[in-house]
Amino acid sequence: MIKNVDAVRIIDEHRGEAVIVTTMGAGNQSFGLPTVTHRQELDLPVAGAMGKASSVALGLALAVPDRKVFVLDGDGSLVMNLGTLTTISNMAPENLYHFVFENGVYAVTGGQPIPAAGKLSFQGMAREAGYAASFEFDDTEELATNIDSVLKEKGPVLVCLRTVPEIENTPVQFREKTSRTMRMAIEEVSTAVRA
Amino acid sequence: MERVAVLHPSSIIAELKRNNFTHVVWLPDSETNFMYHQLTADPDVTLVPVCREGETMAIAAGLWVGGKKPVVLIQNTGIFESGDSIRGLGLDVNQPLVMLVGYRGWDKHGITTDSAARFIEHILHAWGINYYLVETDEHAPRISMAAEEAERTSKPVAVLIGTEFGA
Repeated sequence: MIKNVDAVRIIDEHRGEAVIVTTMGAGNQSFGLPTVTHRQELDLPVAGAMGKASSVALGLALAVPDRKVFVLDGDGSLVMNLGTLTTISNMAPENLYHFVFENGVYAVTGGQPIPAAGKLSFQGMAREAGYAASFEFDDTEELATNIDSVLKEKGPVLVCLRTVPEIENTPVQFREKTSRTMRMAIEEVSTAVRA
Repeated sequence: MERVAVLHPSSIIAELKRNNFTHVVWLPDSETNFMYHQLTADPDVTLVPVCREGETMAIAAGLWVGGKKPVVLIQNTGIFESGDSIRGLGLDVNQPLVMLVGYRGWDKHGITTDSAARFIEHILHAWGINYYLVETDEHAPRISMAAEEAERTSKPVAVLIGTEFGA
């Protein structure tokens, strides 16, 4: 099992000029992208998207085909919007890399299991939906060793990461908030990718 | 009874081009079926088909961040399904998004029994989303008005397509 922050750090270290779109745990202020990023101007946290981060990433990938776009999705988020797998497959953006943080639970709402936790396979669903390639990692070293070759594949690529649940159960209004709002992030990313 | 076509896909497509829309993010519906065939043959606009309408505003948001100019094309039933996307990825982030919405059940000559028609304008009012009605070719320039308003206000604006397209 991989810790959230380790997965995000490894992805961030190999991003190059990639935009990273995050949601839920991967974008969490306590243990996600804001903690480890080194290219904040290319980070686009999508808060409260209810599963639509991958859809935002698809749009961005279509808009900037010469730049890689990573989406750090949650398993609970993805099952809310499973049709996205076929929508992405159909448009087939070669620059889109879809990382799914699979911890089996809705971590930011108290740790309730997602439907079919432990039964479904995101790697298998992506493959059968028509993604160009799909991978699965449950070990930090294995991810670190293989991420370069993963990123050499043409997209759309799905990478399922088996992660340790990091449960948060504080009511939303009492949680630590980032000073960088989504509107600010949109402005910065938009400026960066158009430059 | 044969229906007389008063709104042609070419009128809508001409408006899309006049406003430099780059992508049509859509889920097909009966009101816009004829436009589908013309759009798929048009090299100037990219079609992005989705599985469910709530994806459209999110994909449009990504396109917009990347410098493109998308338009959403769905049915009014899809607006109901898309509520949280319109809230979070349209209104909350100031996305200047034009949404072309098939007005299923619209009947200006009588009382509609279709709840999709009865509720849609109330829903748009509740969100503070302005809208225009397009029923004929002569109304098509209202799409330009919607596009101008979306840009000026940095908000989603709807265009209700109140008739089925003719071939």
